[in-house]
Amino acid sequence: MGSAIEVSGLVVDRGRREVLHGITCAIPAGQVTGLLGPSGSGKTTLIRAIVGVQIVKAGTITVLGSPAGSAQLRRRVGYVTQAPSVYADLSVRENVRYFATLYGLGAADADKAISDVGLAAAKHQLVGDLSGGQRSRASLACAMIGRPGLLMLDEPTVGQDPVLRADLWAQFHELAEQGTTLVVSSHVMDEARRCDRLLLMREGRLIGDDSPAAIRRAAGTDDLEEAFLRLIKEHEGVAA
Amino acid sequence: MSLRITLATTARILRQLRHDRRTVALLVAVPSLLLTLLYFMFHNAGPTFDRIALIMLGVFPFVIMFLVTSIAMLRERTTGTLERLLTTPLAKLDLLFGYGLAFGLAAAVQAAVAVGAAYWLLGLETAGGVGLVVLIAVVNAVLGVALGLFCSAFARTEFQAVQFLPVVVVPQLLLCGLFVPRGQMIGWLQAASDVLPLSYAVDALMQVGVSADPTGTMWTDLAVVTGAAVVALVLAAATLRRRTP
Repeated sequence: MGSAIEVSGLVVDRGRREVLHGITCAIPAGQVTGLLGPSGSGKTTLIRAIVGVQIVKAGTITVLGSPAGSAQLRRRVGYVTQAPSVYADLSVRENVRYFATLYGLGAADADKAISDVGLAAAKHQLVGDLSGGQRSRASLACAMIGRPGLLMLDEPTVGQDPVLRADLWAQFHELAEQGTTLVVSSHVMDEARRCDRLLLMREGRLIGDDSPAAIRRAAGTDDLEEAFLRLIKEHEGVAA
Repeated sequence: MSLRITLATTARILRQLRHDRRTVALLVAVPSLLLTLLYFMFHNAGPTFDRIALIMLGVFPFVIMFLVTSIAMLRERTTGTLERLLTTPLAKLDLLFGYGLAFGLAAAVQAAVAVGAAYWLLGLETAGGVGLVVLIAVVNAVLGVALGLFCSAFARTEFQAVQFLPVVVVPQLLLCGLFVPRGQMIGWLQAASDVLPLSYAVDALMQVGVSADPTGTMWTDLAVVTGAAVVALVLAAATLRRRTP
């Protein structure tokens, strides 16, 4: 299977600090890739760079065959930011319908996206009146609506209860089976096992890029969290 | 640009407004209440009320829409919806014209109510037609929207956004001919007044005040205000960046 995203030598400055120090990786098409790492490790910056909203200092990013951020990608890449970016003073349905129109889709598509994220019962409520978890699902619905080839999700399961979280992951895999490439960031290691492939980040560098099984094997442990810790130590050993 | 997306954006902004009943009530009622206040202030002053009320009918929509738009646009920036919109097929001008249209429509309703109150309740009299006053009021509102969209790019917080009112709006108010006739100002003030768009809007209204038929000067004034609004919208488009640091 080919790559949906190819990142090469990516360097990004935020403020006066360099936050990504030369990232190179390829993200396979039609799979769920987990972007794991502690907060502050550069996950969001990498996602922003791939979506094409981040000013980059050096390196190239190719997304679905085009340079990241090019106009033809705007119909093909869905992006969910960490803080839910939906209109708090509109109902769920009004929000999703608006985003549907931007992609040339209609009310039926909007309703489907709403029930896909489990908000059918709350669709007439104002987003501002929803719980944090519901709000981020409303935000997710607005990104899924365009049936993008690539979905970039920044911590979409934060604040969701376990049942919903399992539901959302099942949906991510369903989308991947239909050919969508998904990149899902999380700082919760327990979500790592649900991914087809993992990118482990720490302090602006990639310290792991493989399937969960291969990462476990390489680290010699069955526990992904433990594997991540060992990778960090190994990495620091190399650096020292 | 796409007409469908522009209109969808207009509809979305109007829906947001509709959910905020208090803002709608304030938008519709406040100008008329302030005109009533003026009416009693100038009760025995003869034609002074006519002159001031007429100018205020153009000033209110400009000030109010400037403020409303700069806050609305700032919210788009701070809540992340702007960044998200710019990753979709929406063009920058779809968003800006969407705002211009939405608040232009809101201003038309506001102006209709204020003009209705001024002419039929408070006895405002002008030589020219009521329709022209509404037209000028709406163009002024669009100018306010365009300047608000532009200025919001330079504000990071609501506090800063509100400070643009004294910076951008008040000088125009002081120099537009409301307080001192522009012809009596000293040279450099007159020159400053000549480059501020609100001066032309006020001049257009004064033309309606004295002339039964729309004058050429009035149309020129209106064209200047419209041109200023378009320039401000284009400048605002230049401040919208798809990529940020």
